[in-house]
Amino acid sequence: MAVIKPKINVKYTDNASIVTFTDERILEENDIRALQKSIMPVIEQARQINLILDFRNVRFLSSAVLGLLIRISKKVYEHDSRLRLCNINPKIYEIFKITRLTRIFDIYPDTDSAIESLSKAD
Amino acid sequence: MASETPYTCSVVVESTPSSIVGVCKWILAKLKDNDFSEDDIFAVHLALEEAFINAVKHGNKMDPAKEVKIDYSVGLDKVGISMTDQGNGFDPDSVPDPRYGENLYRTEGRGLLLIRSFMDVVEFNERGNSVHMVRYKAKPKQRCIPQIATDMTDRGNIKDCDSAT
Repeated sequence: MAVIKPKINVKYTDNASIVTFTDERILEENDIRALQKSIMPVIEQARQINLILDFRNVRFLSSAVLGLLIRISKKVYEHDSRLRLCNINPKIYEIFKITRLTRIFDIYPDTDSAIESLSKAD
Repeated sequence: MASETPYTCSVVVESTPSSIVGVCKWILAKLKDNDFSEDDIFAVHLALEEAFINAVKHGNKMDPAKEVKIDYSVGLDKVGISMTDQGNGFDPDSVPDPRYGENLYRTEGRGLLLIRSFMDVVEFNERGNSVHMVRYKAKPKQRCIPQIATDMTDRGNIKDCDSAT
């Protein structure tokens, strides 16, 4: 029987729901759709959640992933929640800079600083 | 092992998103053989993926019966890739800049910007169904984000910079 590796790991702390992408490369439309199906319920399950997206495993992504992140941010906004991104490696961060998405996403170097920013925002 | 003669190849693949995988592997392996940096390899990989998905999705309208032709040449100091789809073509100047205004919140439309940012030369044929991209191993003195397209002659080349934030 084929082993299906989950595309995300979800960890719940006192202050945040941390979604960690498990794939090194996020490229194909099918994978991005699967990610959307996995992440949206995390946002929808409660009002006013603090969501952290952890990119520690991601080495490569396509521009379609940026579209997914924007859809996620819109859902977060609809649910009166907050979103942070963290552990983005320099090459991926350059993609965010080039596309100016650093202006709409709050990006932190690691999960601790992302969690701390949510505490300060309270 | 690196060779002075550029390695050139031409392949035709079916118009499905996963068809680029094998071609990508060959090209990136040749870049590594020719001592291109990790930054170069990342850049070319990204441009390849973005150009291919544009060809499949926008050019060939996701029709798996259509094909994409990929010509590439990997030399000691530069890599050139041409990608041609079977669509009607488009006007690259008509693509809205995704970095400004409401476009920043769009979920699509960033592929061409990324291709132009990571490749040193990006040129389209007149019909708009074929893109030619080049990345040089030796970089110009200053690499920066492309300005909003206003000047036809410098399309895809490094010009005056928008200050990166």
